[in-house]
Amino acid sequence: MNILELDNLTYSWPKQQLSIDIQHFSLLQGQKLFIKGPSGSGKSTLLNLLTGIIVANPGSSIKLLGQQLCELSGADRDKFRADHIGYIFQQFNLIPYLSVIENVLLPCRFSDTRADKVATAPRQQARKLLRKLKLSDSDIATPVSALSIGQQQRVAVARALIGSPELIIADEPSSALDHDNRSAFIELLMQECQSSGATLIFVSHDPSLEPLFDRSVLLQDINRQGIRP
Amino acid sequence: MKTIALLTWKSINNRRASALLTVFTVAISMLLLLGVERIRTQAKDSFANTISNTDLIVGARSGEVNLLLYSVFRIGNPTNNIDWQSYQQLASEAEVKWSIPISLGDSHRGFRVMGTNTDYFRFYQYGNKQALQFDSGQPFAQLFDTVIGAHVARKLGYTVGSKIITAHGISDKFFPRHDNLPFKVVGILAATGTPVDKTVHLSLAAIEALHSGWNPAGSTNARKKQQQANFQPEQITAFMLGLKSKIKTFSLQRKINNYPREPLTAIMPGIALHQLWSMMSIAEQALLAISAFVVVAGLLGMLSCLLTSLQERRREMAILRAMGARPKHIFALLVAEATLITAAGISIGVCLLYLLLATAAPVISSRFGINIELASISPHELKLIAIVLFGGMSIGLIPAFRAYRQSLADGMTIRI
Repeated sequence: MNILELDNLTYSWPKQQLSIDIQHFSLLQGQKLFIKGPSGSGKSTLLNLLTGIIVANPGSSIKLLGQQLCELSGADRDKFRADHIGYIFQQFNLIPYLSVIENVLLPCRFSDTRADKVATAPRQQARKLLRKLKLSDSDIATPVSALSIGQQQRVAVARALIGSPELIIADEPSSALDHDNRSAFIELLMQECQSSGATLIFVSHDPSLEPLFDRSVLLQDINRQGIRP
Repeated sequence: MKTIALLTWKSINNRRASALLTVFTVAISMLLLLGVERIRTQAKDSFANTISNTDLIVGARSGEVNLLLYSVFRIGNPTNNIDWQSYQQLASEAEVKWSIPISLGDSHRGFRVMGTNTDYFRFYQYGNKQALQFDSGQPFAQLFDTVIGAHVARKLGYTVGSKIITAHGISDKFFPRHDNLPFKVVGILAATGTPVDKTVHLSLAAIEALHSGWNPAGSTNARKKQQQANFQPEQITAFMLGLKSKIKTFSLQRKINNYPREPLTAIMPGIALHQLWSMMSIAEQALLAISAFVVVAGLLGMLSCLLTSLQERRREMAILRAMGARPKHIFALLVAEATLITAAGISIGVCLLYLLLATAAPVISSRFGINIELASISPHELKLIAIVLFGGMSIGLIPAFRAYRQSLADGMTIRI
C-alpha cells in the first residue's frame, strides 16, 4: 500500500518560477527512502509541501495516508502533521528550556492522537524510547544544551517516534555528526522506525549513506524543475 | 492553551535575567503612575476637606486665593486687618447664623498662633461637616489659656497643663523665655488632617494683650494685673460666616464686597479652593504626563526585549511548527509572554506602592499635612492598571505578528 502518492505536483514561490514539478511519485508503507538532494534541488520546498507548511499550486495532488493534503485547511494540515509526521531537523532540534523528557513529549502536546497512544504512562514511554536510542538515565537528566550533538539528535529521533506517527521525515539529521557516529545513528534510526512500523523519508546530500536504505531517489530525477548538477 | 502557558512560563524562566529586568522596568513605571495618581487624588481630597460648611470667609481687600491661603491654610500673610467694629456689624446681619473671628500674625516654635473665640470650637467644620473634637481638655476660658492642634501636641510633646510662650512674628529664636509667664495648654484637639492640627489657638483677648505692649518678661504681679484687665480687640485678621440660608450667600457676599466703611473681600471657600487647586493643576497634569511617559518607556523596553529575543527564538518557533503548532499558537506564545511580563510588573508595582505608602505615609503626613490612607485599589486605579495591561498586551502583538510571519516564511527551515 502506498503511504504517499504525488501527482502532478507543482509549486512556485511567490513571484518566482516553478521550483517543484513532480509528475508522479509514490512510496510504499514501511519503506525507508533515501532522497539525495543537493542544495537547489527543491529539497526544503518538497519537505515544506509534504508537511503541509506550504500549499501546492492548484491541480496538484499530495496523497498522504490516503488523505489529500491539498484539500485540507491550514489548521487541518497543522493537525495532520502533528498526528502523523515525526520530523527531525539537521541540528538544533531541541527546545533549550525544556528537559529531555519534555522535549520528547512535545508532539503529544499538539496531537491528541499521539498523546492517546502513550496515554498510560507518557514519561515512561519516552524514557523507554530514549533508552532504546542508547541514552542513559543520566543523559536524560542532563539539560538539553549540555548534551552532545549526537545525543541531541537521538533525543530528536525519540521525539519523532513518540506516539508512533506513520511517517518520519529526517532532513539531513546526521550531517552534523562525525563518520562513526553517523552510521550508528542511522542504524538506530532505521531500527526504531522498523519496530514502530513507520515509513522513513531521509533527505541528505551525502551519497555514502545510500546503501543503507531500501530505496533511493535523486531529487532531480523526479523533480523536473530541479537544477541538475 | 495549557501548552502555550507552560511554554511561555518555561521560556521566560529560561531568560530569567532579562525578563526580570523587564518586569522591574514595568513595575517601577507602574509604581510611579499609581503613586503619582494616588498622591494627587489624596492631596486633592485632603485639600478639599480642609474647610467645610463655612459659607463666607471675609478679610481685608485682597485676592481670593490669598485670603483663603492665610485664613484657612495659614500660608502667607494678610494684607491688612479688619476693624473690630466692622466685624461686629457684619456678624450681626440678619442672615448670619454664626461667625468666627480670627487673628493671625504670631507664632510658637514654628507653629502659627491664631486668636479666636470659643465659637471656633463650636462652629468650625472640616472634612464632611465634621466639627472639631477635643482629644483632651476643653476650650480656653482664661486669658492665659491655649488650645493646641494634635500635630503641635505630638511634635512638641505638650499635654494638658504644659506651659508655653508665644512670639510675635514667625521666628521666636531670640525671644526670651520666662517660665513664670507662660500660656497654659488647657485643651488638645483631635487630629483633623488639616492645618488646624498645626495651630496654637489663643483667645482674641490674649492676642490683644500680646500686642498692647504686654511684656512677657514682667513679674508675676504684672501677670495678675494683665489677667484682670479687659482686653477688647481692636482689629482682627479675618472672619468666617455661617448663614441661616445658603441662598443669601451671594447677596451677603456682594454686600460685604461693597462695604462702605473699609475695603473687604468675602469669598466662598468652595470656589476659592477650586481656584487654588486649578492653579496647581498644571503641575499635577505635568506629573501625570511624566508618569504616563514612564509607563510608555517601560512598555517600549519590553518591546525591544521581546524583539531581540525573537531572533534567537526563530529556531524554537520552527521546532514548534514541526511538532504541529499552528501559527496562532506562535502568536499566542508571544502575546502571552508580553502579558505575563506586564502582569508581573503591575503586581510587583502595586506591592511596591503599598510598601512605599506604608513607609512614607507618616513622613508625608507630618511634613505636608496630607493624610495618605492605605486604601484598597480604587476603580480609577483599576482602570489605569487595565490600560497598562492592555497596553502591554497590545505591544506584545508587534513581536507576535512578526513571529507569526516568520514562522510562515521559515516553515521547516531552521534559520539561526
